[in-house]
Amino acid sequence: MEHNEHHIILKTENLSIGYTSKKEQTIIASNINIELRNGELIGLVGANGIGKSTLLRTLTKVQNPIAGQVLINNKFLEKQSAIDLAKILSLVLTEKLISKNLSVFELVALGRQPYTNWVGNLTSEDVAIVNQALEQTHIEDIKHKKCFELSDGQLQKVMIARALSQDTDLIILDEPTTHLDMYHKAYILKLLKKLAKETGKTILFSSHEIDLAIQLCDSMIVMTKDHIEMDQPCNLIRSGAFEKLFPKDLITFDENTGSFRIKK
Amino acid sequence: MTPIKTYNVPFLVLAILLVLCFFINISLGSIYIPIKDVFNSLIGTETSQESWHYIITNYRLPKAVTAILVGSGLGISGLLMQTLFRNPLAGPFVLGISSGASLGVATIILGSGLFGTAFAAFLMSKWSIVIAASLGSFLLLFAVLITSLKVRDTMAILIIGLMFASITSSVVSVLSYFGSAEQLQQYIFWGFGSLGNLSWHELLIFSIIYSFGLLISIGSIKSLNTLLLGENYAKSLGLNIKRSRFAIIISTSLLAGTITAFAGPIAFIGLAIPHLTRQIFNTSNHKILLPAVFLFGSIIMLVCDSISQVPNSDLTLPINAITALIGAPVIIWLLVRKRKMIF
Repeated sequence: MEHNEHHIILKTENLSIGYTSKKEQTIIASNINIELRNGELIGLVGANGIGKSTLLRTLTKVQNPIAGQVLINNKFLEKQSAIDLAKILSLVLTEKLISKNLSVFELVALGRQPYTNWVGNLTSEDVAIVNQALEQTHIEDIKHKKCFELSDGQLQKVMIARALSQDTDLIILDEPTTHLDMYHKAYILKLLKKLAKETGKTILFSSHEIDLAIQLCDSMIVMTKDHIEMDQPCNLIRSGAFEKLFPKDLITFDENTGSFRIKK
Repeated sequence: MTPIKTYNVPFLVLAILLVLCFFINISLGSIYIPIKDVFNSLIGTETSQESWHYIITNYRLPKAVTAILVGSGLGISGLLMQTLFRNPLAGPFVLGISSGASLGVATIILGSGLFGTAFAAFLMSKWSIVIAASLGSFLLLFAVLITSLKVRDTMAILIIGLMFASITSSVVSVLSYFGSAEQLQQYIFWGFGSLGNLSWHELLIFSIIYSFGLLISIGSIKSLNTLLLGENYAKSLGLNIKRSRFAIIISTSLLAGTITAFAGPIAFIGLAIPHLTRQIFNTSNHKILLPAVFLFGSIIMLVCDSISQVPNSDLTLPINAITALIGAPVIIWLLVRKRKMIF
């Protein structure tokens, strides 16, 4: 276990992200060097339009980097086949479900797809993993409900359970707390923290809940226009990283409380 | 407790209903044949009249088999399209298959005057209409497929299919404008659809192509279930989206394409059957839905055919009218009662 503490799941080397079109390259951020270790909860914060989604899309192989490398379990991301990657990395996205007529159990069980046979039959081992995921996210009591019967908070737990049942070392969540009330925002992030600790998985999420993230995350990635910094939240507060997040005309960061205040 | 609901009882009921409808369909027709003789001719023993045996084996039996192939095939392709396009209004013909076939047939029937009379006789034969329908639907589908490979968004394929359909329907309008009244009537009759008139030889070719389509759809069950999460999730589960999409489209075109070629553009069944099936089988799991749609589509088509062949009379109503006449009110009723079509 002690040895595992320092295992690096994902690492970037001088990564540049952005878009390439026929005419030109648009670089959104460059020189990104981050390391995600197992058992850690990592928050990614930054202003709107700064490139959080682009970074997540690059880390999850949805789009290609402009320069540099992404290494996942010490292997180049670009060389991973889709099915192999599905066994290392699972996602929770912001997009809506297509079929809300699936039951919670069926939806979570779809996380087993990379492991099941050609027609998708669940073995008893698969069922056990699905049940474990339901248990870890505290949704066993609703497992026979249909997804259209669920509240947003419940649905988010179900999507996290689906990612868990995919049994991957790394789970990446894109803004898992949007549309949720204050209580459920805290609930979901606390749940992620517990899961990272209990399962040893690496959990990376992007969020605008900076104050909650500061309280819960093992480390954070702060994206600003010209710099991407990754460190423990207390170190980031000390170095003044959060100050640089937003223009200073409206809000300021209060180092003592670890939250933003409106300028009076 | 089993984690995923099994539907043994409804499956059993549907299977029994299918066998029942099959026999009812065969025993009804323009002339009355006693049930005993229907059975006798099916198992190959002597019937009271030689002609009855002929009617059963060479007319009613192939027609009933055609009804099963048409109902199940259109139902399954409708199911595939609804899942692929995540749209409850999608049906087997959204890719332009029926409009392509109409164009092919319209060109043959309405344009035959242009080729001269000697050639026209050949063009009017049964096979030339089947070939024209296949060629037409294949060409249009090919055009939709080529464009679909260039677009990443699945919704765009739906719109492209609809646009191609509009183009062909306007070409058909132009052709009809120049066609004679007789030719127009013939074209309209083709549009009514017909389950009869297929020989065993034609039925063999029909069922071989149908089986390929069916096998591919069975092979797509897992990817269809994955697609229920949306394309991005499906991709993150290791699914090759382009390949699965291609397999689903090919399966639909084989099924709906041959059906349209041999039986004409049968409306409505492909759209309605998956929805009706979901009322009984309240699930999105294609492992259950696919066989359920197969059974249910076959049953509905056999019933529609029994109605269209008005018993004990020479009257045969257009099958296309019957399917919509029965199906459309059912869908409206479902929408009013359930208020939403969840899928």
